[in-house]
Amino acid sequence: MKFGVIIFPGSNCDHDAYWTIQQVARQSATFLWHESQDLENCDAIIVPGGFAYGDYLRTGAIAKFSPVMESVKKFAEGGGLVLGICNGFQILCESALLPGALMRNVGLKYVCKPVHVRVENDDTPFTQACRQGEVLSIPIGHMEGNYFCDDSTLAQLRREQRIVFRYATPAGEITPEANPNGSLDNIAGISSAGRNVLGMMPHPERASEAELGCVEGFKIFQSLVGSMATR
Amino acid sequence: MKAYVYVSLKKSVLDPQGKTIYGALNKMGFKGLEAVRQGKFFEITLDRDLTKPEAQAEVERIAREVLTNPVIEEYRFSFED
Repeated sequence: MKFGVIIFPGSNCDHDAYWTIQQVARQSATFLWHESQDLENCDAIIVPGGFAYGDYLRTGAIAKFSPVMESVKKFAEGGGLVLGICNGFQILCESALLPGALMRNVGLKYVCKPVHVRVENDDTPFTQACRQGEVLSIPIGHMEGNYFCDDSTLAQLRREQRIVFRYATPAGEITPEANPNGSLDNIAGISSAGRNVLGMMPHPERASEAELGCVEGFKIFQSLVGSMATR
Repeated sequence: MKAYVYVSLKKSVLDPQGKTIYGALNKMGFKGLEAVRQGKFFEITLDRDLTKPEAQAEVERIAREVLTNPVIEEYRFSFED
């Protein structure tokens, strides 16, 4: 299995993702430069967190026009696995690989803390090592994580079971207090219709080793490796 | 020729920044305010050789495809000759 981790000017979670894939998941990983259209035959692409192109104009607004994203779009349309984390989720929404948009947090503050998310769908390549309803503790760190979409899109996401993670209490209850940023329906992560693209605001790569205080995020990488083995 | 592009959140989208500014203005004693919405403003200087219809088409495309996220934002623009 070969993972490609994209580097935009301003990415800052690229090395964390690379480390997790190589050192923890024991898979091969390579960095992909934003100006290259060559995905180097990778089996899965990670669009990492950070501030691509300084988040100028809007988060992800400039990144979506980069050469590498053209290839990622084609890769995703052909069923390729794409995981967007935090800024990566914002970029995937801007690129229309996922519906909706991530707006400024309702509290107007950058929020950086561990949160709990409930796995709403374990039948995806990103969550197959989880159980439906399982609560994972994974940190967030963002200013624009407030997920928004129109009513018909939300209805469609629900109908097609594409809401993959929702902010919850440690016991798994979906409450307004558990929502750190005002996201519609407590949405923390969604998938594409084909389930091969996932965007999530929490950082699983920051919760993949005991040394980091939490390993529950590793289930996302474990799921990916498992699903790639059977693809 | 200059184009002025105004980008704002759609009416249906909550604007927490505008709301906070509105609250602050009220606290400061400004009277008669109903609401504040925050947006973005772009000043684009265009090549002199462009005709008005060409400029209009170009700015429209820039506003629609780049400056605005259609999920949450809308735009309008004007020209200064």
